[in-house]
Amino acid sequence: MAAASCGREERGSMAALARLKERLAGLREEYFLTNRAIDEDRIIKYKAAVRIQRWFRACRVRAYLRYLSKMATLIQKWWRGYLRRKSFKEVVERAYFIKKEKFYNEMAVRIQKTWRGYYVRKYIHNFYALKKYLDAVSVNNELVRYELQEFADMKENEEKMKDLEKKEKEKKYQARKMHYLLSTKQIPGVYNSPFRKSPDPMELLLQQSKPLTHRKQQVKSPFADELYGWPTCKEPPGFVASLPVLPADRQKPQGPFRDPAEVLQQRYKLMEPTLRVRESMYSSPPKAREPTRGEEWRDPIHDNQFLPFSSYHKNHEKYEPSLFTSGKYGQEAYGTKYFREVYPKKWVADKDFETLFSSIALFEKFGKTYSSTGQIL
Amino acid sequence: MAEAIVKAGILPQLICSLPEENRYYKKAAAFVLRAVAKHSPLLAQAVVQSGALEMLVICLEDFDPGVKEGASWGLGYIARHNPELSQAVVDAGAVPLLVLCIQEPEIALKRIAASTLSDISKHSPELAQTVVDAGAIAHLAQMIPNPDAKLKRQVLSALSQIAKHSVDLAELVVEAEIFPVVLTCLKDSDEYVKKNGATLIREIAKHTPELSQIIVNSGGVAAVIDCIGSSRGTVRLPGIMTLGYVAAHSENLSMAVIVSKGIPPLCLCLVEEHEDHIKAAAAWALGQIGRHTTEHARHVAVANVLPTLLDIFVDPRSSEDLRTKTKKALKNILQKCTYLPALEPLLHEAPPSIMKHIIGQFSKVLPHDNKARRLFVTTGGLKKVQEIKAEPGSLLQEYINTINNCYPEEIVRYYSPGYSEILLERVENYQPVL
Repeated sequence: MAAASCGREERGSMAALARLKERLAGLREEYFLTNRAIDEDRIIKYKAAVRIQRWFRACRVRAYLRYLSKMATLIQKWWRGYLRRKSFKEVVERAYFIKKEKFYNEMAVRIQKTWRGYYVRKYIHNFYALKKYLDAVSVNNELVRYELQEFADMKENEEKMKDLEKKEKEKKYQARKMHYLLSTKQIPGVYNSPFRKSPDPMELLLQQSKPLTHRKQQVKSPFADELYGWPTCKEPPGFVASLPVLPADRQKPQGPFRDPAEVLQQRYKLMEPTLRVRESMYSSPPKAREPTRGEEWRDPIHDNQFLPFSSYHKNHEKYEPSLFTSGKYGQEAYGTKYFREVYPKKWVADKDFETLFSSIALFEKFGKTYSSTGQIL
Repeated sequence: MAEAIVKAGILPQLICSLPEENRYYKKAAAFVLRAVAKHSPLLAQAVVQSGALEMLVICLEDFDPGVKEGASWGLGYIARHNPELSQAVVDAGAVPLLVLCIQEPEIALKRIAASTLSDISKHSPELAQTVVDAGAIAHLAQMIPNPDAKLKRQVLSALSQIAKHSVDLAELVVEAEIFPVVLTCLKDSDEYVKKNGATLIREIAKHTPELSQIIVNSGGVAAVIDCIGSSRGTVRLPGIMTLGYVAAHSENLSMAVIVSKGIPPLCLCLVEEHEDHIKAAAAWALGQIGRHTTEHARHVAVANVLPTLLDIFVDPRSSEDLRTKTKKALKNILQKCTYLPALEPLLHEAPPSIMKHIIGQFSKVLPHDNKARRLFVTTGGLKKVQEIKAEPGSLLQEYINTINNCYPEEIVRYYSPGYSEILLERVENYQPVL
């Protein structure tokens, strides 16, 4: 049955099949072409889809990045604003301070400028003071010049006066010397020639001058030289080297006087000291002083010290016996020999004093020269 | 002869018995020592080595003034040669005794003692200090008014040798109240007293402005100027140098020197004196006066000093030193001089090295002053400027350009050399317009 039905169907389908088979080759081609078209279409569509997706994804990414950067900017903006607002106060203070400082500096410069200008002009380079000073200097110079001129004139005058005086003195001396040229009543002198109207001034000088007398012989004092030479001269003054000369015209004095030459000789006899005296004369001053010193030491006038009050005697002037001569039984005669006694009971450490070093080598050998038997205990 | 004495060994024998002998022996021995020591330092050294110094000092303690005189003369000659010998004399303890000698009444002794102190203190500051420590200054200062001329010479010389070493010593000398007594010495009739007095003032003035101020205040500058005017020759030299030193310290002092009429005598010195070093000193002093400000330079220029200086500079007979000093003085004065009438005559005669300063001054003044410009043209200055050949780029050329820029183009061209030829050429080439 199935076969029958199938047959019908088969016949129908067999016909269809044959028909199909006829169309098969064309169908195949059609199928292939369609597939191919679809395939190509598919590729194109695929690529387009990729492209669209790509673009879209890129857009998305870009949007995201934009968003990110916007957010970042926003964060930074807020953060920086916050920071700045925090430090705003200090910034403002600093700027204000700088502005104030600049202003003050400028004002200070202005003040200093005016002050320094004033100060320099008034004190250091004071023009008016300089002018006054220079005027004062010139006035002072004038004064000094005037005074110096006066001084120089005075000096010149003095010298002139001195010269004049010298000349006058010379003239007067000449006149005195030539006194004999004075004119007498009978004979006119050299300076009083009859042909002159008035006599020469020399004539008047001659009239006024006193004639010179014989010059007295200059007696040099015998003492002058010797006294002058006393400090450095080695020889002591023999009081006079030569006898003084008496004036020749001296009148013999009235009375029973001895011959003056004899007297002078006796009085001014040269000293002839003995050798001992001469030695002491030549000796140096310190040595000369020594005898007097010795004498002074030997017999002084005053032994006691100055005692202002009388009771001082009683209390202080006690006889103090010498330690050396006092012994157990009174005073021993000065000069007794004794030696230091040895008290073993008084020794501190059973030992006598020890000498640290031997002062005199010879005395160390006392009692030990030959043998130790002579030891002193 | 002196060497023979030294070689023969006579000196030690002379000296060994000196303390015991009498005054005539001492005087003669001192004379011999002095005569030997004065010839040369070696001989003086030999004298010192033979132990003469102690003996001379013993002689100084003697009572006789003649012996003291001989001893101090001998010491003076020994100390004169060099510092070591002076030191030896001081070490022998001579200085206090010399100061005592100065106080003695005998004039000759005072003279010799003063000259010995002067010889000792001239070598070094320490020696001068030793002399000062012995109290010499007060006694020397007391002797300045003494009428004896030779004594004054020595005293002033001693004080100036002390004062020259340092500021402190100079101040000590001034404190002894020598001013204004010293000024009377400048009026003395003896030439050397004047010279030594001026030397003393110079040594004091050269250290500091304050000391120069003291000198000016006491009228010393006027006295020095009079002294310069009245003397001739080397006596003037210390006075000239004093003025130079005083003026060099500051402009106020320089103005004080000008006001005291200091410039004319200095100018006369430049002209009259024959010695080169005096002229050089005068030129230097004028330079110091004029170099401070324009006022000072004007005063110096008005006194007609600049042509004289220029003549000396150009003169072939002047020595190198004189020329250097004159050039420096000219340079210093010209750099501050704005007084154009004095600069005009220099323009025509100056050598190139000076010329640039003169032109420089003109270039500073002319741009600002109309009348000066006019005068400059009329006196032929512009013409002269054009004739100067200067290397381009040098300072002189710059100055010349500055001057040329003060004038209009035509005038500069008119005065440039060769302008007449250019004009004539133009005449030749000109076609007359009929």
